[in-house]
Amino acid sequence: MTAPTLIFAWGNPSRGDDALGPRFIERVEALQLPGVQCLTDFQLQVEHALDLQDRRRVLFVDASVNALAPFEVNTIAPAQDATFTTHAMSPQAILQVFRDLQAEEPPPAWLMAIRGSTFELGEPLSASAEAHLDAAVAWAAGWIKAAPKRKRRSPR
Amino acid sequence: MSFALETAPNTENLRRVAIEPLSRVEGHGKVTLLLDDDNHVHQVRLHIVEFRGFERFIQGRPYWEVPVMVQRLCGICPVSHHLAASKAMDMMLGVTLTPTAEKLRRLMHYGQILQSHALHFFHLASPDLLFGFGSDVAKRNIVGVIAAAPETAKQGVLLRKYGQEVIRMTAGKRVHGTGAVPGGVNKALSRDERDLLLKDIYQIVGWSRDAVHLVRNLFEKNLAEYNAFGRFRANGMCLVSASGAMDLYHGGLRGRNADGRILFDHFDYSRYWDVIAEDVKPWSYMKFPYFSAMGADDGWYRVGPLTRVTSCDSIPTPLADRARTDFLAYDNGSAAGATLGYHWARMIEMLHAAETIKDLLHDDDIVGTDLMAAAGDRLDRGVGVIEAPRGTLIHHYRVNDDDEVTRANLIVSTTHNNQAMNEAIRKVAMQYLDGQEITEGLLNHIEVAIRAFDPCLSCATHALGRMPLEVEIVSPDGTPRDRLVRDANGRCQRT
Repeated sequence: MTAPTLIFAWGNPSRGDDALGPRFIERVEALQLPGVQCLTDFQLQVEHALDLQDRRRVLFVDASVNALAPFEVNTIAPAQDATFTTHAMSPQAILQVFRDLQAEEPPPAWLMAIRGSTFELGEPLSASAEAHLDAAVAWAAGWIKAAPKRKRRSPR
Repeated sequence: MSFALETAPNTENLRRVAIEPLSRVEGHGKVTLLLDDDNHVHQVRLHIVEFRGFERFIQGRPYWEVPVMVQRLCGICPVSHHLAASKAMDMMLGVTLTPTAEKLRRLMHYGQILQSHALHFFHLASPDLLFGFGSDVAKRNIVGVIAAAPETAKQGVLLRKYGQEVIRMTAGKRVHGTGAVPGGVNKALSRDERDLLLKDIYQIVGWSRDAVHLVRNLFEKNLAEYNAFGRFRANGMCLVSASGAMDLYHGGLRGRNADGRILFDHFDYSRYWDVIAEDVKPWSYMKFPYFSAMGADDGWYRVGPLTRVTSCDSIPTPLADRARTDFLAYDNGSAAGATLGYHWARMIEMLHAAETIKDLLHDDDIVGTDLMAAAGDRLDRGVGVIEAPRGTLIHHYRVNDDDEVTRANLIVSTTHNNQAMNEAIRKVAMQYLDGQEITEGLLNHIEVAIRAFDPCLSCATHALGRMPLEVEIVSPDGTPRDRLVRDANGRCQRT
């Protein structure tokens, strides 16, 4: 059975604070909370739209050089992001691809941007990123437990 | 020597246009153009981030960690690095793989070829090909493709998904898999997994064949433009099997000159440096490889789908071989020499990958459990070469008696294609931009030429907020004169 809550984080584990996404997934998986599936990849790609199927809600997680510390969380909606690159397909664009491919509305989605500062190859997480990660995981634990009871599906 | 348009003889009174970063290529790249006041092109250069940092990153690591670590070099084709490193360590250990191990690695590799080629064609290239190189940037993307051709777009997504599933089942995980290890593989394919993949493979073969037809139709509709677009003559290099057929996993090196004459054949890649040398340019971080027997000026070459399809003697799966014959014969072979012929060749390879996956799944060795071979005579170095989606990938390691990597040399597909990509954009700059007022649509022609090669600039860092496209026009003294910005929604504005 598909877990109702999907948490999808991305980043390169070997590039300093770019590892915030994959490290976030490791930490949340360790909580062993029911009803949650955690997925990670180097980048968001077009086929990840298929991972949204039959979800009740989705949390996208990435490192950010622009977010306020320790992290920001915002609801996001499908968007025709015309600057598609495989390097950085946006979560809004993933939602749009889901809408166009499946002919239905995507699940409600949030984007968590965890503040990072250094992205050099071979570097560990910076001390500030470690602290931001702790705060982000604590917030996510509460967000997961506050999951709505009923599945939301609204046909187009 | 400097190639035509590589270095302007006199840069006074020329203005500089930079396309940075390139969109819809993997990683970060930049193109700079020097134009005079009448917009005539005097210099064009492609700049790409180099990989030397990655090589240092590997030094000092135990050799058995390397096939897993190198996947982090590139978020786009981690499987290619994983397998090239594994092959290098096999050589270092003196190992001959068991039949099951080699077939599982091949299955993983052809899964990677399938998903990578599907992503490139449907997601990156098709917006330009379906809507036109200078069409409305708001439509020229995958969302536009989904709106205009939803079934085609969906097939692209599902082809890629299928390739990812092949990788997951052979590597153990969707990303950061550990399937290949020095001496073999560490995960068998269960019969249930085999049956699951078999269920959809005929559909995958069918869609791949449709994709070959789609790109042929695009050529037929735009023959004159496609044939002329960024066209140039080049030497080529790829692996071929002992029979001269296409083999993307293993073989000997074959080099041909621009006339198709074979320069070297079935060359043992463990001594690749006997046929390849690398030139450096003061303006580029990336080296310029060339056939050493021909010298740097004449010996540069290209790699990847177009070279592989035209250089091999045949393709060992029937549908792809038939498609290759049609491609070579089309319009007296004109498409086989066109830069945009890369797209057609890439779809032929995708069809070959789908057929190969089908054949491997029907081979009972694929569900065998004899996964590891005994080590033979240990060497102090290993070389692994594979035909990655974008072209020949070379991994070369030295390992000391403490099993630590002391030296690593990686020559990736995009480095092999460095001079060829520069040639392509110089041709396009002269064909489309020379004397014209620069617009986003015209600049996209440069990117279309680069995207034909599917370069992997492989940075794999992509934190939010770092994705602008800026075109700056500056005076020779560095004073900004004009600036074109493409924002996150694809809108171009002069600022």
